[in-house]
Amino acid sequence: MRDPAVLPRLALTAVLLLLLWPGFRLAEFDLVLLFDPRNLEIMGKFLGTFFPPAHSGDFLRLILKSTLETLAIATAGVTIAMAIALPLSLMVTRSLSISRIGPGPGRWSGRAARVPVRFTLMFFRSIPEIVWALLFVRAVGLGPAAGVLAIGITYGGMLGKVYSEIFESGDTRPAVTLLESGSGRLAAFAYGMMPVALPELVSYTVYRWECAVRASVIMGFVGAGGLGLQMELSMRMLRGGEVSTILLVFLLLVVLADTVSVLLRKVTA
Amino acid sequence: MRRAHALVVILLLAAAWASFAYLALDFGQLLSVEAGSQMLKYAVSFFPPDISPDYLAQTWRGTLETIAISAIGTLFAAVLGLVLALPASGRFGIVPRVIARLTLNFLRSIPELVWAALMVFAAGLGPFAGTLALAWHTTGVIGRLFAETLENAPPEPAQALRSSGSRPALAFLYGTMPGVVPQLVAYSLYRWEINIRMAAILGFVGAGGLGQMLYVSLSLFQQPQAMTIILAMLALVALVDAASAWLRQHLVD
Repeated sequence: MRDPAVLPRLALTAVLLLLLWPGFRLAEFDLVLLFDPRNLEIMGKFLGTFFPPAHSGDFLRLILKSTLETLAIATAGVTIAMAIALPLSLMVTRSLSISRIGPGPGRWSGRAARVPVRFTLMFFRSIPEIVWALLFVRAVGLGPAAGVLAIGITYGGMLGKVYSEIFESGDTRPAVTLLESGSGRLAAFAYGMMPVALPELVSYTVYRWECAVRASVIMGFVGAGGLGLQMELSMRMLRGGEVSTILLVFLLLVVLADTVSVLLRKVTA
Repeated sequence: MRRAHALVVILLLAAAWASFAYLALDFGQLLSVEAGSQMLKYAVSFFPPDISPDYLAQTWRGTLETIAISAIGTLFAAVLGLVLALPASGRFGIVPRVIARLTLNFLRSIPELVWAALMVFAAGLGPFAGTLALAWHTTGVIGRLFAETLENAPPEPAQALRSSGSRPALAFLYGTMPGVVPQLVAYSLYRWEINIRMAAILGFVGAGGLGQMLYVSLSLFQQPQAMTIILAMLALVALVDAASAWLRQHLVD
């Protein structure tokens, strides 16, 4: 029995491998290196210290403190993100534009004002939070402040975009009607748009908070405080037991954030 | 329902307040004129970006390295993911299934950056560590997706081959695989897209690519060079976004 399609398949595989070959070179892919006895010994020794996880009272207290710090960074960061996102998303939401209603002055200036705000939001979110964190660590020093600002900026950009999309995708007629009958922008938003959009706003924000918890652990690696900073320190000192404790706490934290987020969304939906 | 809403809002406000209080952030100092002007000075020092041909060539190499890390890492993960997905989809009985699922969960639940920090110990500084880190995490993600795809695949073609006397391995290759390959390729490409972004920042812990260059240049206070790399990262991500949108429109539909 022979595969009738064997030639084209082999040819495709060969072409793909040929295309990937420079990639292997660039990535310095070398599995032999992994099994180099010296590397194996270092890694083995390090992994050997992973068990048992560190559980001295002092260390656990330290970990509890940095876990709380991580949660606080995520929460404070998302709060700042909301403070950035709400006003900016109101500015870029087209359905809330008074000048769009009819012919009149301000049509072009209104459009022109939305562009830079849109661009700012894009700029905020297109630089990854960990790059922001690295920049803020250099600007405001090591510690949680850098993490809070990094999450605030990146997530502000994301929330701003998604908020305005939620406003636009819901039923915009109540808000437009209010605007057309002479109401102000904020009033039209508060009475015409907010009631429709609120559940989705809350649910997306809570989801982002969950992401922020994970992100704030990671950001610790570049010095932005919290659990990540502890993990980086323990790794530097090759204390495997501490690393495994922190990993366990991290997993617990992710599960916890997930549960809280599901609960909150269920309550508000 | 209204009461539940009010309660949630109050709880959230309390949580936000508690967080700011716990961190004891000194916003007065952070937003002071002095700190502001210092930050502005720092921001201005990033301009203009370094566009000397020499540095552009270096950045180009870093970009290629980033793409290579993500491509090889994803490829490695796709192969390993398929190997683990076979037992995880319950083909070899319940015990291998549980073991494979646990392995996949473990691989997945450790973030890429932590894997990278660990792999720097195992494989030394450089892109290989980043490749391995991406490979481990992505194996966990992709293996689970593959296992689900295999579980959902219709069993009839393979059964037909089996009952006409074909061996199990061949029945799988010719009965099941052809139906699931498009889905597997789609998942792998999707993860590759995510991994390109990830590969750009894994370098912060020494795992090669643009991230490592950015980390080094910021540590040496070479802000114009750092700006060049940030721009390269943005361009890379924008390019990947555009390419994947285009591919989705023209290939998938």
